[in-house]
Amino acid sequence: TQCLFTLVIAPDTETLKLTEQQILFYHSTDFEVHRNWLAITHSLPVSKWYHENTSEWTLDYPPLFAWFEYSLSHVAQHFDKEMLVVQNLLYTSPATILFQRLSVIVTDIVFIYAVKECCRSVREEKGSKDLLGHPFFILAALLLWNFGLLIVDHIHFQYNGFLFGILLLSVARHLQGRHLEGALLFTVLLNLKHIYLYIAPAYGIFLLRSYCFTEDNTDGSVRWSSFSPVRLVALGSIVISVGALSFGPFIAMGQLPQVLSRLFPFKRGLCHAYWAPNVWALYNMVDKALSVLGVRLKLLDVAKLPKASMTGGLVQEFQHSILPSVSPSITLICTLLSIMPAVLSIWCRPRGARGFLRCLVVCALGSFMFGWHVHEKAILMAILPFSILAVESREDAGIFLMLTTTGHYSLFPLLFTAAELPIKVLLMLLFTLYSFTSLKKLFRGSLLNPLETTYLLGLVAVEILCEVVYPLSPWQHTMPFVPLLVTSVYCSLGVCYSFIRLYVSLLRQHGTDKHKQL
Amino acid sequence: MENWSLVSICVLFGLTARWAVSLNSYSGAGKPPMFGDYEAQRHWQEVTYNLPVHEWYFNTTDNNLNYWGLDYPPLTAYHSLLCAHVAKLINPDWVELHASRGHESYGHKLFMRATVLVADLLIYIPAVVLYSFYLSEGSNKKKVFLCILLYPGLILIDYGHFQYNSISLGLALWGVVVLGLGWDVLGSLAFVLSLNYKQMELYHSLPFFCYLLGKCFKQGLAGRGLFLLVKIAVTVLVTFALCWLPFLSDPGQILQVVHRLFPVGRGLFEDKVANTWCSLNVLIKIKTILSTDTQLYISLTTTLLAILPSSIKLLMKPTLWQFKLALVNSSLAFFLFSFQVHEKSILLPALPVCLLLNDLPLPAIWFLQASTFSMLPLFLKDGLLVPYVVTSLAFLFFSIYLLSALEHCSEDKLRLGPYRRLLICIVRRYGYLSNCINKDHFYFSITAMAGLSFMSVALAPPAQLPDLFPLLVSVFSYLHFLGLLLYFNIVQIAEPPQSVRKNQKKSN
Repeated sequence: TQCLFTLVIAPDTETLKLTEQQILFYHSTDFEVHRNWLAITHSLPVSKWYHENTSEWTLDYPPLFAWFEYSLSHVAQHFDKEMLVVQNLLYTSPATILFQRLSVIVTDIVFIYAVKECCRSVREEKGSKDLLGHPFFILAALLLWNFGLLIVDHIHFQYNGFLFGILLLSVARHLQGRHLEGALLFTVLLNLKHIYLYIAPAYGIFLLRSYCFTEDNTDGSVRWSSFSPVRLVALGSIVISVGALSFGPFIAMGQLPQVLSRLFPFKRGLCHAYWAPNVWALYNMVDKALSVLGVRLKLLDVAKLPKASMTGGLVQEFQHSILPSVSPSITLICTLLSIMPAVLSIWCRPRGARGFLRCLVVCALGSFMFGWHVHEKAILMAILPFSILAVESREDAGIFLMLTTTGHYSLFPLLFTAAELPIKVLLMLLFTLYSFTSLKKLFRGSLLNPLETTYLLGLVAVEILCEVVYPLSPWQHTMPFVPLLVTSVYCSLGVCYSFIRLYVSLLRQHGTDKHKQL
Repeated sequence: MENWSLVSICVLFGLTARWAVSLNSYSGAGKPPMFGDYEAQRHWQEVTYNLPVHEWYFNTTDNNLNYWGLDYPPLTAYHSLLCAHVAKLINPDWVELHASRGHESYGHKLFMRATVLVADLLIYIPAVVLYSFYLSEGSNKKKVFLCILLYPGLILIDYGHFQYNSISLGLALWGVVVLGLGWDVLGSLAFVLSLNYKQMELYHSLPFFCYLLGKCFKQGLAGRGLFLLVKIAVTVLVTFALCWLPFLSDPGQILQVVHRLFPVGRGLFEDKVANTWCSLNVLIKIKTILSTDTQLYISLTTTLLAILPSSIKLLMKPTLWQFKLALVNSSLAFFLFSFQVHEKSILLPALPVCLLLNDLPLPAIWFLQASTFSMLPLFLKDGLLVPYVVTSLAFLFFSIYLLSALEHCSEDKLRLGPYRRLLICIVRRYGYLSNCINKDHFYFSITAMAGLSFMSVALAPPAQLPDLFPLLVSVFSYLHFLGLLLYFNIVQIAEPPQSVRKNQKKSN
């Protein structure tokens, strides 16, 4: 029955997504990015893929994704051949748009299948409830109707549904105990989009600890004698063969350095043009506040301050004026430090696939908090897997609500035209209202404390200020970046708070486990 | 989950669908010199804002009636005036006399779409909420609510093509709801307002009249019934007078407005409409054979004949159930037989059919789908193909799944039991009518609609028959409407005594 119900609500979302996509005249930069990649993979030989730079949007995803675009391009040529010409920069035609939009919808089938598999592995409570109250139903709705995924994929334009489908499928396979399949899927995913490297530590440690070691000591610590070399070899061969398939041709052509330089462009700045709501947004804000304060108190000379426009819209390096500047290596160290305790905890006290899932969420969120040049869209990497935990425990549900609401709100600047304002507000309300009421009913009681509620209600005030009041004020022309700044700083508070609470819950579980064993 | 949150989720979903449709093109976008209904509404704002009231309906140097002259009753004009004041605040260019003609811009489109959304949110949606939660019986109130909100015809015409049907239909629905709750005076007030917004609401007027009159009869014309009748009559007259106040000073004004509202000279039908005359025109060229007067008389007689049975039945038995059926029968009969019908007028029967979604799911869904389909040529002209396909699919999916429509087609569920018993004694061989509404036929008809839609889009018509596909679409929908008119009439006339129906319900 579960499968049936999932299948039933899946078309709902699909129709909704189709409805969204009627915005046929609208196309974002990502739209052009993917069109360009279609053209590159279709019209150039493999050896030129990572050298081509006619468009500023060069191919910067791993090879498997390029092959994915290559296969799409064979369908695309039946819609409009012109979109497959590299020189046709910013090319759009109704057929092109239709094809691109349809390709997102069709590849979403992977996501729907993955959601179905996740729902199958959710723990069910006994007792007959109506369909709407079942955890699996709520999970299916939370995943399929996810606001972030809807707007990023179907309005903005990316193939996240397809990619997250593979991620969730891999998680579901781990929950079902089919670890080799899970590992295979994740390796494929890594070769489709390398941003998932952020959660690779969770995968690596979990597979090593819980799959390669077959037994634990009675206190839960690792029993070294139970190490199974066969399993390690199996895992290794999966990783290596997928990697060889993907990168092999480029290594053979001696292009590996070129490919890697495209994949990891450290020349970009610490923050994206619009700051993702993470620690660095707060850091920048403090720096800015200090410099303004310093100028006011005449402690600083305006002329000596670096002239960095924080919002130019172009991706550029942002120079801090008071606080020390942050280099990529520092962000890397911070990220590693932030995920270390979580990874150590699943090494010392593995708590099965659910412990792994929690660690995965911490890794995703940790790298979002401290990473170099993070996009606001990366928050989805934490939100989507976290949905599975949220329908199973009360505490997680509370954190989930905080994280999703602030995280989703921080995606608002992605859609900035006036015509999209109602759509994004309505969809956001739809999702938020549903997640609050359904989780509240599932766990029979309020999930947030008054302070958290106030903070979330503050988002409404921020929205009204930023999108209604501020554009009418005279500052709109002199300082147009203030709404973005306020949004990202306000949201980063919520995301930081959720991160801390998630950590506390993880470590507390760790503590109680230890306590039990003593 | 609590009721309020489900309701708000449904409303939000409906609004999202509406706004998504509104991002699409509108009628006459970028098509000078006449543009389309969008320009008509904008032009009315311009006219009402800049000209004194007594020039609104007259052809003057500043008001060229041949260019989208005002041809709706005063409430529409007042609404245009209100919108024009808001428009003036935002951007005076939008309503500048003469200079703004044919104005099209991103901001203006957004403004116009927003006015539709606001009207919908204030009038239509609350009425649907009240109806679904107070007047529909059974456990699936929320499901009915969602299905009514998602009816594609209304969404596509209001938010795609561009009209304010949600106001006139919403006010009529308010009338039904308030009458259903027992406040007869308020109900008639709401209906008169709706009539003064769009004269097409006359399609609904006879059932309102018969229902209220029947109620007065029931209470005894000597005592309380008479008092009620007087109260209602006074309300109706006063409301009318208030709506027409600026025009009352001069009889010439009134005549001119009435003349504008009922343009008899425009002929029996225009374009391709899924009604009797247009379909009959395929076989006999009525439009050329008969004079306008004869056409007028013929259509008047047939319409009257078609609405007579349901009106009489309603007069005898003024219950809410009968009232809803009579609304369907009367407005559908008007649509099929009356003079100068537009394809968009199918929305008028569609509104009461929406109210039957709970009681007669399959026929209602069938009708609603056919009504959306019948407007396909219009949607294609306006460039609304994608929204048409998506909203129709969504509606079919939601309504069939949520109302489990396909499981409810036994004779009892279709309310045809009494009819069958009646007929068995009289003409046995006509009994097959009740077998017409079943799952297989439904699937067949939906497939045919899909096929015809596909052909209209993908295939070029043969050179000698350029209108082949629009004609096929309208004749095909006409057959549906005719069949369903018969069916709804049978259900209404053959309704068993109240007690039997209640027992049936309990056993269900």
